[in-house]
Amino acid sequence: MANQKNIKTQRLSGAEAIIKCLLAEGVDTIFGYPGGAIMPLYDKLYGYQNELKHVLTRHEQGATHAAQGYARISNKVGVVTATSGPGATNLVTGLADAQIDSTPMVCITGQVASHLLGTDAFQETDIVGISTPVTKWNHQITKAEDIPSVLAKAFYIAKSGRPGPVLIDITKDAQFEEFDFLYKKCNHIRSYVPVPETKSGSVKAAAELINNAKKPLIVWGQGVILGEAEAEFKAVIEKAGIPSAWTILGASALETSHNLNVGMVGMHGNYAPNKLTNECDVLIAVGMRFDDRVTGDLSRYAKQAKVIHFEIDSAEVNKNVKADVAVLGNVKDTLTQLLPELRATNHDAWLQEFKDLYQIELEKVINDDLKPKVAEITMAEVIEQINIQTNAKAAIVSDVGQHQMVACRYAKFKETKSNITSGGLGTMGFALPAAIGAKIAEPNREVVAIIGDGGYQMTIQELGTIFQTKTPVKIVVLNNEFLGMVRQWQQLFFDKRYASTEMVNPNFVKIAEGYSIEAKKVVKREDLAQAVEDMIKSKNAYFLEVMVGKENNVFPMIPTGASVSEIRLE
Amino acid sequence: MSKEITYTVSIYTENNIGLLNRVSAIFQRRHINIESINSSISEIENVTKWTILVIVTEEQMKKVIGQIEKQVEVIRAYYHTDDEIIYQESCLFKMKSDLLFEAPQIQNLIKDHNARLVTVNKDFFVIEKSGRTEEIETLYQTLKTYGISQFTRAGRIAVSKERMEISKLLSLFNA
Repeated sequence: MANQKNIKTQRLSGAEAIIKCLLAEGVDTIFGYPGGAIMPLYDKLYGYQNELKHVLTRHEQGATHAAQGYARISNKVGVVTATSGPGATNLVTGLADAQIDSTPMVCITGQVASHLLGTDAFQETDIVGISTPVTKWNHQITKAEDIPSVLAKAFYIAKSGRPGPVLIDITKDAQFEEFDFLYKKCNHIRSYVPVPETKSGSVKAAAELINNAKKPLIVWGQGVILGEAEAEFKAVIEKAGIPSAWTILGASALETSHNLNVGMVGMHGNYAPNKLTNECDVLIAVGMRFDDRVTGDLSRYAKQAKVIHFEIDSAEVNKNVKADVAVLGNVKDTLTQLLPELRATNHDAWLQEFKDLYQIELEKVINDDLKPKVAEITMAEVIEQINIQTNAKAAIVSDVGQHQMVACRYAKFKETKSNITSGGLGTMGFALPAAIGAKIAEPNREVVAIIGDGGYQMTIQELGTIFQTKTPVKIVVLNNEFLGMVRQWQQLFFDKRYASTEMVNPNFVKIAEGYSIEAKKVVKREDLAQAVEDMIKSKNAYFLEVMVGKENNVFPMIPTGASVSEIRLE
Repeated sequence: MSKEITYTVSIYTENNIGLLNRVSAIFQRRHINIESINSSISEIENVTKWTILVIVTEEQMKKVIGQIEKQVEVIRAYYHTDDEIIYQESCLFKMKSDLLFEAPQIQNLIKDHNARLVTVNKDFFVIEKSGRTEEIETLYQTLKTYGISQFTRAGRIAVSKERMEISKLLSLFNA
């Protein structure tokens, strides 16, 4: 293997070997938190500060989300280090989030010395057992000599095929033990097929369906971004003239302003693509997995359509929606093969149907969101100001809830990998640490975290990380003094019984100032534009709190159990 | 809606600690009860074969197989109906030795059911029986009337009638 990066055999401790492995994998930044069982590694890190930057978060969960943000904006593997016991269990939410959102991540945890395993030793926890269902792969190392090969596998597995999180648990004695170190990158595991073979004829069969379609609709997902297939995707939709809608994680793979971009599908997606899912004759899914938030009631989802599924994970094919044609493989390859088979055409009359329905949504929802007649500021107005002030070039890192849906609906994207959010797991508290990781990975990009007052307080301690590392992220808290999405459901489906959703909040500006972060609070509409402008112009981290309507709802909405065509505008 | 039937799942895996946990979690998430499970070496060196018995619909079965095969260290997973395999189950009955005198017909029952006397001492004797599920069930029901002190049944083991092209697959992987 000509490209393999070999390092000369060296006598090293396990701890130093871990660092050498990370460097060999091109890692320059790790996120973590020290503790007893990982101290040998941290001790060695001290000597590698110039090559390997360690970002000390304020909680291990923050480290995982920061690593996720880092990975999502750069398509590189996010790396996390933590100690055993509580350090390790604090990783679980981030692992689960990365697993369901296919984010490449390698977590390295320290473990008690091997002779103590299974004895309920201090800070011992069975993290391999605990993390099994939320990792793509995990492994415990008890001998230093296993470190290079296992870490090589970890990086290969995390990054290849459908990416995901890997956890490697390393006992303290293995970190101390010395051995002859040699690193060989892994590019093959006999039991593992990262990219399934594209069945012969499947691309042609897909092309035939598409070429004969009168009303084709594409729904694309994160697979386009993970597969770095943005250009191939655009070429396909432009040649075949197909209206294309996105899932929440697919957002930004195609610029918002593109004529064929017809908006977001799903529970709070746009009216037209949801409604017309049940009118298209061919539904083409590209790198997406038909999540229940996308499909609504499956028994009434696109039943009239032939379904083509371009997918890298064969277990996703026919899992939720039966595919008439499955095109397995990396979408970058399969879309490349598809392009020459497609007939150049347009579907202008069909595209017009989307535009007509957009007009309805504009009049019934969007105008009220963007140009409200009430005094209270809406969340959408804030997002619109961010679009204007950043020239729609910011990476938007959103948390979970109403503000997330509004951010995804109203953010305008010009660049790919610009929408970083917890889509599958819906992890409140994701955004603040994820924004830190994203900014560290791409310091030249504007990174704006959009967070609700609830989620903000779940990982608010990461303001300390911003303070210490001077990471210039922009933090926008849209404060409605409610856990807004739950309150909206209580209003619509639980007789307005607002059980435990009202928030009595602290002075967020003072808290930010306590960390020496410039901070401002906006209550009146006339102050909003200037405040957003000041925030974006700042070269430093900046906190902006905007008081928004307390009981505003996010529409459109597909109620749980309803069909996509039953999408409600009010 | 397709019917729930018995499927024999054969999984070829790397012999790695923790993998069983990972695979059994896939059944657990979908509330599928594992009726029996057996782990053994296989025809290929360093490859483990698991035989798992579940009662599910074919639709469920396909989805579960997909999720099992997706695991990094699973080499291949297959599912078969009872007609598609040759299988055996095996069990042990422990009974009081007095019964051999009180109910001597038990000795004929052992012969008739193609079972085997493993050991006899003055307190108890042990019968071993291998066969298909219903054969074991029949013997169990028969012996129950005399009083069984202990009963245990091993996981199903099975070979498929059609070739499982696992060796070919492995040689491809290694190529």
